Amino acid sequence: MAVTVLIPTPLRPFVGGRDAVELEGGSVGELLDRLTGEHAALKAHLFATDGRLRSFVNVYVNDRDIRQLAQRETPVKPGDTVSIIPSIAGGTAVAEALPKLSHEEILRYSRHLILPDVGVEGQQKLKAARVLLIGAGGLGSPAALYLAAAGVGTLGLVDFDVVDKTNLQRQILHGTSTVGVSKLASATARIKDLNPNVRVEPFETRLTSENALDIIREFDIVADGTDNFPTRYLVNDACVLLDKPNVYGSIFRFEGQASVFHATRGPCYRCLYSEPPPPGLVPSCAEGGVLGVLPGIIGSIQAMETIKLILGVGQPLIGRLVLFDALKLQFRELKLEKDPDCPVCGTHPTVTELIDYQAFCGIGAEPSYDGVEITAQELRDEWQRHPDLLVVDVREPHEHEIAHIDGAVLIPLGELPDRLGELDGHREIVTHCHHGARSLKALEILKAAGFSKVRSLRGGIDAWAVNVDPTLPRY
Amino acid sequence: MTLVLDPRHVAAIGRHGEADYPAEACGLIGGALEGDRKVAVQLVPLVNQRTDSARNRYLIDPDSFRRAQEKLERDGLEVIGVYHSHPDHPPAPSAFDREHAWPWLSYVIVGVGRGRAGELKSWVLAEDRGTFDEELITSEERKVVWQ
Repeated sequence: MAVTVLIPTPLRPFVGGRDAVELEGGSVGELLDRLTGEHAALKAHLFATDGRLRSFVNVYVNDRDIRQLAQRETPVKPGDTVSIIPSIAGGTAVAEALPKLSHEEILRYSRHLILPDVGVEGQQKLKAARVLLIGAGGLGSPAALYLAAAGVGTLGLVDFDVVDKTNLQRQILHGTSTVGVSKLASATARIKDLNPNVRVEPFETRLTSENALDIIREFDIVADGTDNFPTRYLVNDACVLLDKPNVYGSIFRFEGQASVFHATRGPCYRCLYSEPPPPGLVPSCAEGGVLGVLPGIIGSIQAMETIKLILGVGQPLIGRLVLFDALKLQFRELKLEKDPDCPVCGTHPTVTELIDYQAFCGIGAEPSYDGVEITAQELRDEWQRHPDLLVVDVREPHEHEIAHIDGAVLIPLGELPDRLGELDGHREIVTHCHHGARSLKALEILKAAGFSKVRSLRGGIDAWAVNVDPTLPRY
Repeated sequence: MTLVLDPRHVAAIGRHGEADYPAEACGLIGGALEGDRKVAVQLVPLVNQRTDSARNRYLIDPDSFRRAQEKLERDGLEVIGVYHSHPDHPPAPSAFDREHAWPWLSYVIVGVGRGRAGELKSWVLAEDRGTFDEELITSEERKVVWQ
């Protein structure tokens, strides 16, 4: 008994109009060789010029695709049924639909063009693509540089900040010459220098519930490089509502994570983290520090995933969360499931429009600190008049090592509740930290413990270095 | 060979193209061979499996093809062609269409300009795979038409 090979309608004219042929052979490869041996005209339709089965030709042994078995080597035995099943693909004349490449671009992108998975068509897709980067900072820097270098035609940038010297340790989009310049102006100049073919669309604004949909709607893919939770939830929800892929990355100290959220194809950020952490629990880079190379790695992953989505190649990072540990140099991967109860992308969403994300993250309810803050100049004058005044530095010892105010007592914020006994409640107390946030927390701890004459140095030691003691280094 | 389409088939293909605009719509054409005529009897609209660039690509995966083929065979029909839409482009096959084409099948393309269905043409791959040749469409009303 031979093996039955079922022939699909389009190939029947090549086998004398029959819908099945009986052939002898021990493997799929042998059967196909015999088939094309007997019916030579079939060969061009089944096999590409390199001898491999064409991508749209699928061969099943009984009910299983040989791609899941042993390909050409898949064994067959008498009585088996082998089916040739078409998959059908096609589309618009892409050369017309996609923008043409200039000679300069062909030369510039030659290393892409010779990659089979990119080629001219892939490069044209990149040129036609519109990618929005939220944040031109640590993550946005490598993402913007690589996407611009790769030839993404339009890059939207959302940022409202000015380049600060402390940015340069990691934000490689900016340079010493652009300190004090708006990040968007600095980024645009750098991108234009790298690749003048890229069109930069700057949005010099904070992304808000009012403007997010209008900005994001105009782009194909969003790369989220934000450093705060309200904006991250805002970007996620807006992307779900507009059905845009959101290429996510975040970093902290020596660790980073990345994923691609696209609600129609997998989970969203809220399926992973349905609620934000309480405010203050997770320190920002400014408070917690970050190793400069780390955003380079995570932002580059975001650029890579963005390019894969544009090209439609490989396995996108959808439904997977990559965790990176720089100290161990280790990548781990977690599977992410779509949450059917997700408030924004679940089966019965409760969030159907953008909400107040500051309030959602518990930030809007910040208490007023009117009257409890003191400026650096006021502190200097008062300290001169009353040398009895006690200045408490609540930063970490390694920060103290970088710069400190002479005469201040160092009690790190974390140790403060246990070391209250070292403080004299009768004296005027001024707490200080780096920029003035932790010292407000210290102030609350002290007030709760019964200290009444406590104030906090507004702007921290940084304001002191600027306004009172210029010999101190700023950090 | 000529392709015989009922005007209602032409209208249904146009409607599918309009409904899925700006993505490409696609489906299979079931029918029967009558001499050198491929006579369309039933359309099988399918979901475009391409998510990365559905505006200028369509894909009918082998499982969808198989299910559609089995359904048609139960009605005594076979797959005689494929239809798809070209959003904002003329109904002419692209190089990509030709590279991925099967012989013998009718490739019916409808142009959908700004969401409105326009011209519809049919194409057949040359046996040497070198060209896509326009195929004559004969319009005939049939007594029974499945859409």
